[in-house]
Amino acid sequence: MTALLTVDDLRVTFPTRHGPSEVVRGVTFSLGRERLGIVGESGSGKSQTGRAILGLTPPPGRATAKVLDFDGIDLRAATPATWRSLRGARMSMVMQDPKFSLNPVMTVGRQLVEAVKFGDTGSRAEARDRALAMLEAVQIRDPERVFRAYPHELSGGMGQRAMIAMMLVTEPDLLIADEPTSALDVTVQVEVLRILDRLVADRGMGLIFISHDLRLVSSFCDRVLVMYAGRVVEELKASELRQAQHPYTRGLMNCLPQIEGGRRPLPTLERDAAWAK
Amino acid sequence: MGEVMLSVEGLGVTFRRGGDTVRAVRDVSFTVDRGESFGIVGESGSGKSTVLRAICGLSPTSAGVIAMGGQTLSAPRSAAFYRQVQMVFQDPYASLHPRHTVDRVLSEPLAIHGFDRREDRIEQALADVGLGEGFRFRYPHQLSGGQRQRVAIARALILEPRVLLLDEPTSALDASIQAEVLNLLDRLRAERGLTYLMVSHDLAVVSHMCERLIVMQHGRAVEQLSRDALAAHRAETDYTRSLLAASEGYSPAPV
Repeated sequence: MTALLTVDDLRVTFPTRHGPSEVVRGVTFSLGRERLGIVGESGSGKSQTGRAILGLTPPPGRATAKVLDFDGIDLRAATPATWRSLRGARMSMVMQDPKFSLNPVMTVGRQLVEAVKFGDTGSRAEARDRALAMLEAVQIRDPERVFRAYPHELSGGMGQRAMIAMMLVTEPDLLIADEPTSALDVTVQVEVLRILDRLVADRGMGLIFISHDLRLVSSFCDRVLVMYAGRVVEELKASELRQAQHPYTRGLMNCLPQIEGGRRPLPTLERDAAWAK
Repeated sequence: MGEVMLSVEGLGVTFRRGGDTVRAVRDVSFTVDRGESFGIVGESGSGKSTVLRAICGLSPTSAGVIAMGGQTLSAPRSAAFYRQVQMVFQDPYASLHPRHTVDRVLSEPLAIHGFDRREDRIEQALADVGLGEGFRFRYPHQLSGGQRQRVAIARALILEPRVLLLDEPTSALDASIQAEVLNLLDRLRAERGLTYLMVSHDLAVVSHMCERLIVMQHGRAVEQLSRDALAAHRAETDYTRSLLAASEGYSPAPV
């Protein structure tokens, strides 16, 4: 399998009053046309890893890497024009929180049509039809109403589905999904994942799925990177997550409540300072 | 079962804006016993949070009767009601005033309800939720998500209520922090004989915390079941079965 994305020794640094703080410390992986999960808790650097790949490290932060290669394009040297041709059309990102990533003063429909028309020369009516079809594809029951609505008029789950529709409507090669389903209900979550799954399988899209939910990632992705304090502490096949060696991975697995119940109090995670070394 | 603490009978909530009418809650009924933990599960937009808000008097009710300890609640709710019933919201990043210190967040309800010994109560409330004295004069941005949710729980508990309404109290938290907060809520309920009404989209969390639960869909309660029935996957409606299947993780084939 040829690699769609190669990342070697990715580091993201933010200057602070106490000197530079490295939030991603030497992350290395390559991605084919597959589903790669990045799991970790808040502050583990998983979101910054995703953002750095898209060149979206917020200033004054800086991202450096030995290799950062997307389909033969060296992203480290990418000009703003190169970024414009890549972002949205070939690689896109679904953010965590629809409240902050949708434009609050534009209707969902206008934002979607804008995304469709970006790089597409079809008529307005065609763009509208594609937008409505995409809303339907992400299991929105009443696409016409959502099309007319402003983001604040939608529930979190609806907003997130609209956001996913917007990112998928351009049919990108690489999708970085940062907690795309955390705000969704379990039944909708499965539907959205099936949409993503289909895109990976049918169109050969590469997917980086960033999540804190180990159970979900282990059932959805092909491979999983477990991050802690800016480092990848363990890389394993998703199907072998139960045989995880690292105490952090095992602790994360154990502290989840089970429907079958039984364990009370829940085991909590004892952190070891050595993990961050 | 024991004495009924909270009863909701035929509750309806309707919102109107422009030409759109949203019937958020339709004919929902349940009772919660004293000392019980009762769960409401459902997808977003199913009306589960609106039920909690209606009980609190934050949403207008268009039909039905809500009673606490046998007494029908007045609208607007009395101050005495809020001493007995407190709410913990979903998002600790949004529910704490960003420019109020923890101390001010905790003293305000005490002042409103005319409590004495405020110093002692604040210290005690912080200790109860596992935060030390050092947290008292911090601002929310100086706290982690788990610590903020502990402050929100402390704010609810400082009035010594008998009922806590928990609206997705852990869904904004990391898994390891969620375990800590759930353990804290469990311990507080055991120590104080509190009654919980907990809303969540996470079946595993509700199954862990609650003895009984209702499942809501499109504003209606479609099924009521016990924790044991849930654990044994003995659901009667297709919707609950699909929730159970979905919470197992991802499965490629349609369920």
